[in-house]
Amino acid sequence: MMTPQGLRYTKTHEWAKQEGADVLVGITAHAQEELRDVVYVELPPVGKAVKQGEPVAVVESVKAAFDIYAPLSGTVARVNETLSKSPQLVNQDCYGTGWFFAITPSQPSELSALMSPDDYTKLIQADAH
Amino acid sequence: MNKTAFHAEHLRLGAKMTDFHGWDMPLYYTSILDEHTSVRTAAGIFDISHMGQAWVSGPGSLQTLNELIVSDLAQVGEGRACYTLLTNPRGGIVDDLIIYRVGAQEFLVIVNCANRRKDVAWIVEHQRPGTRVGDISLGRSILAIQGPQVAPLLEQVLETPVSGLGRFSAMHLSGWGSRAWLARTGYTGSDGFEVFLEDAPALRVWKRCLELGAPLGLKAIGLGARDTLRLEAGLRLYGTDMDDATTPYEADLGWTVAINKPSFIGKDVLVNQKTAGVTKRLVGIELPEGPVPRTGCALMAGGRQVGSVTSGTFSLMLHKPIGLGYVETRAASPGTAVQVMIRSKAYPATVVKLPFWRAQQRAPEAIASKRG
Repeated sequence: MMTPQGLRYTKTHEWAKQEGADVLVGITAHAQEELRDVVYVELPPVGKAVKQGEPVAVVESVKAAFDIYAPLSGTVARVNETLSKSPQLVNQDCYGTGWFFAITPSQPSELSALMSPDDYTKLIQADAH
Repeated sequence: MNKTAFHAEHLRLGAKMTDFHGWDMPLYYTSILDEHTSVRTAAGIFDISHMGQAWVSGPGSLQTLNELIVSDLAQVGEGRACYTLLTNPRGGIVDDLIIYRVGAQEFLVIVNCANRRKDVAWIVEHQRPGTRVGDISLGRSILAIQGPQVAPLLEQVLETPVSGLGRFSAMHLSGWGSRAWLARTGYTGSDGFEVFLEDAPALRVWKRCLELGAPLGLKAIGLGARDTLRLEAGLRLYGTDMDDATTPYEADLGWTVAINKPSFIGKDVLVNQKTAGVTKRLVGIELPEGPVPRTGCALMAGGRQVGSVTSGTFSLMLHKPIGLGYVETRAASPGTAVQVMIRSKAYPATVVKLPFWRAQQRAPEAIASKRG
């Protein structure tokens, strides 16, 4: 499984990507693979203040519901409305059209402190053993 | 962990395995939704050999079983099957099961895997003179072949006509080993068959189905889709949607109860309950959209809790979240507006008639054959 370069990662399997002043957040290929059949996504309200490591969204597969954690602190700037009608985008294109929400960070340095693609790849390889 | 004769096949097909009551079983091979779709539109094959098989025979067998179940087995002819319930003296459900009448005095009894020992012990404990009770599960397998396109496929695989076999009918398969039976039963709501065989012939059926069924789109199906299929068809899961503290009337399975039968365990309680009515009942609920109701979610009406969810999933055929749950009787009529509490938020839902989904194409009805 490819871990895209240019993104940062969390050990709870979110990715974070700088886009202008905001940071886009989604779940990794490994996470969507584990979930398989995503049937529902619950997104936070725009404007909500979030803290790094707190649950801010929910993704549901056929079998169960899972929390999505904020990779960094800040304010929810935008959410991916298309996921409410097409949650399967999380399975089909997790690093692209399947993004969850954007955060305007309050402490931008938190982003570079997240895991590098190499470290994240090692983490999921260790999980597999 | 227990393994069925198909364990190596599941691994070969890349299944994600799960522990199901001590059995290492396939949860899915590709995805639950893919597999669900295959069964609804084409064909699927399930290894359900973890389920228990008991053989009850002899001159006392009918009387023995009839005393333990709510249905009247005397009304079930040879070559016919019935879905029924074992009840305890409090009228609670010990298990749900299918009994196949394979001879005048011979019955194949299929029980839930987690209840196998409990059920067999229960039958043995209550056996009448002239009854033999055997747990024949060891060395035997059960395959379910389900979906609108499986009848012609099975004719090819078994090299015998099966299309005319009616719903809840069973036929002996000669040349397929001992106690080889095929029945038009299943746990999906789609048309389909179940086949009861020794391990070696069962493996032959499995391989031939995968081979000859591939052009039809037949897939191996895991327990994940087995659960979503049964739920969409409104079929209860023992241990989740009912247990030994729930009665047949509460589980809305009153149609299985032959209340005028001279006697059976729990009859007194059930007679009273039939007259007085139940205080809670199992219902189906449907959400127009939104999250999936899960086991334990509270059901509200008029600002207070009236029940809770026992099973829930996302229905692929209806494209909406569905669930089963128990509610106070006054909130149990179809059309009643309720709310489901999911992560501390109330979502509107409606009580609906079961099943949630019904197949357009159904197996032929068997010609009623009654025995005294």
